[in-house]
Amino acid sequence: MPEGFSFCDLRELFAKANEQKSGDQLAGLAARSERERIAAKSKLADLPLAEIVQRPLIDPGEDDVSRLIAESFDETLFRPLQHMTVGEFREFVLDDATPAATLKELKWGITPEMAAAVAKIMSNKDLILAAAKIRNVTRCRNTMGEVGVLGIRVQPNHPADDVGAILLAAFEGLLYGCGDAVIGVNPATDSVETVASILKALNFLIDAYGVPTQSCCLAHISSQLAALEQGAPIDLLFQSVAGTEAANRSFGITLSMLREGRDQVLEHHRRRNVPWKGSSVMYFETGEGSALSADAHHGVDQLTLEARAYGVARAFDPFLVNSVVGFIGPEYLRDERQIIRAGLEDHFMGKLLGLPMGCDVCYTNHASADQNSADNLLFLLAAAGCNYFMGVPCSDDVMLNYQSTSYHDALAARRIYNLRPAPEFLSWLEARGIYRENEPVLLDVPARRRLIGELESSLERFA
Amino acid sequence: MMADSLVADDWPEIVRKIRARTPARLLAGRVGAAYRTGTQMELRRAHAEARDAVRADLDLEKQFGNEFVKRWGLFEVCSEAASKDEYLLQPGLGRTFSEVSRSQLLSLCSAGPDMQIAIGDGLSVTAMSAQVPALLPLLHSGAQRRGWSVGQAFVIRHCRVGILNEIGEILTPAVAVLLIGERPGLATAESLSAYMAYRPVRTHTDADRNLVSNIHVRGVTAPEAAARILDLAAQMMQARFSGTRLMLENARLKKCGVMNLGPPEVNT
Repeated sequence: MPEGFSFCDLRELFAKANEQKSGDQLAGLAARSERERIAAKSKLADLPLAEIVQRPLIDPGEDDVSRLIAESFDETLFRPLQHMTVGEFREFVLDDATPAATLKELKWGITPEMAAAVAKIMSNKDLILAAAKIRNVTRCRNTMGEVGVLGIRVQPNHPADDVGAILLAAFEGLLYGCGDAVIGVNPATDSVETVASILKALNFLIDAYGVPTQSCCLAHISSQLAALEQGAPIDLLFQSVAGTEAANRSFGITLSMLREGRDQVLEHHRRRNVPWKGSSVMYFETGEGSALSADAHHGVDQLTLEARAYGVARAFDPFLVNSVVGFIGPEYLRDERQIIRAGLEDHFMGKLLGLPMGCDVCYTNHASADQNSADNLLFLLAAAGCNYFMGVPCSDDVMLNYQSTSYHDALAARRIYNLRPAPEFLSWLEARGIYRENEPVLLDVPARRRLIGELESSLERFA
Repeated sequence: MMADSLVADDWPEIVRKIRARTPARLLAGRVGAAYRTGTQMELRRAHAEARDAVRADLDLEKQFGNEFVKRWGLFEVCSEAASKDEYLLQPGLGRTFSEVSRSQLLSLCSAGPDMQIAIGDGLSVTAMSAQVPALLPLLHSGAQRRGWSVGQAFVIRHCRVGILNEIGEILTPAVAVLLIGERPGLATAESLSAYMAYRPVRTHTDADRNLVSNIHVRGVTAPEAAARILDLAAQMMQARFSGTRLMLENARLKKCGVMNLGPPEVNT
């Protein structure tokens, strides 16, 4: 190694091996020079994976996410990796001799900390190449994640939860071939009544047109379950999750709440008359920096904590998982360069850990980024085989006050990379005359009127 | 040209009605897989306004006018963040007053009022200058009608929500109200929030605060906001606490649109 940089423990080594992130600087964990950064990366590359297993970054005695990770770790599957260093593991992941199937078989032998470690010594291009190998397919009311498929979540939020406006925005998304991942609304008011009325309205839309997709209201898990008790239908149960017990506590959740919630929704699905394609019922969102912002980071860097959040997510067989990569603000990801890096890291780590990773490619107006930045990350992640993106009308989320990606962007990414919507959804689009030859049709006025006609009376009801 | 267009006759009346009332950019049409030029320019213009609102520096005279500043005796204090960049990248600095500002507050404000109003730039100077001139007089007269003493208002440069705790410790009001510029969206850069707490102290978190957000012309108007803030203040004084507990014990509040504090996203 070059001149005298030393790292007193794995936490410090992991943190200093990161690419520059304002959140690690805010936490006082970041490398202080580029030479220190590469010294840390080099040392990490020589670190045996076995040492990462033996020396948990956060003590399982004081953190239930660490316990969950330890319990779900499969030592037998780890055996072929146990003599590798992080650097050798990087080559193993990228090697053409390592088929995607092998990586998938090993997933429970790969811990979140290993995924984080290898991401730290990979270039952006490495992250794209490695992620593009791995397809993680999930099923609920349709099938997401197959080769050649790019899903889109329609995100028709409204600042006053105006159900008419939500339905119209969702309807427009369908005309662009969006909404196969989920039609998912973030409510402005997290009350049981609001959540129930949004869920019922989305379910009505799906039933009225016979759309093979799932709905979701992204409220706190307990509000969704209370709405379920009041008779609202739940396709996907949503929750934000983070990589430490304390950060999850700041979200008002515990691992057992997730377990019990999932069981309730599975039971509810068995009672409903829906042709389910599979039993993945959870939707998780994450984002680098969430643990630090809750003062719950245990001196661990934000990339590693993000990987641990995926360790939480994968214990619950989720249908969708995405990081909301630029939402948290410039104190964690300062600019376009940091947001793009984080987006590629998150997607790769999630895929390696077996998750159906999508991404909310986004930015806030106080970060040094703009829609060109979002365009860039969207196309990089589409190249990396990202499962899904967001579809927000003209990318402007008028409730959460940030910019994501739009219905137009979805069209562009699918066209450039020759990607299709989920298979069941595509058949539906074609049957409805919305899609022809893999592209949405520019509908003439009578066709539009015919389509909206089925929704018109309900729009009147919410007017 | 292969492009959608939004001609009124294309859609039924109800669709046009909903589209007119939502701030969401619905049915914008497309050219190929891209935006129409009008949409493209409009999105860039809105982003430019939002960016400028974030980067703009507080200037009392410029934002409020000489007369308003004089009439309300407004003066400026500053958090420990010395620059906009420091403010954006180190949120902790925006939650503490500078030494000089502390002594200014002690000498220019009297301690122990029933209600103390402070104004912060937050993430939008534009929001502050758009809403405060209407809101401050309404809050003042409303408080006086209720017989409350109101502290001398002041304006905080590079301000985060957490500074409420220091306001509580330095000036010991019963209720502290911080009017602060929200992170601008594309739909508006003029949205203001009122964060409130009963006898805030160092250890208070978001859970101890109540919030009236979305204060702007197309959201909660200034008179509505003033009524909600005064109502909340009255409830805090009666209950002798604030925050989620107050929300839980008063479901009625939820119906009048006061929201529970979500995750720390705006400018805490």
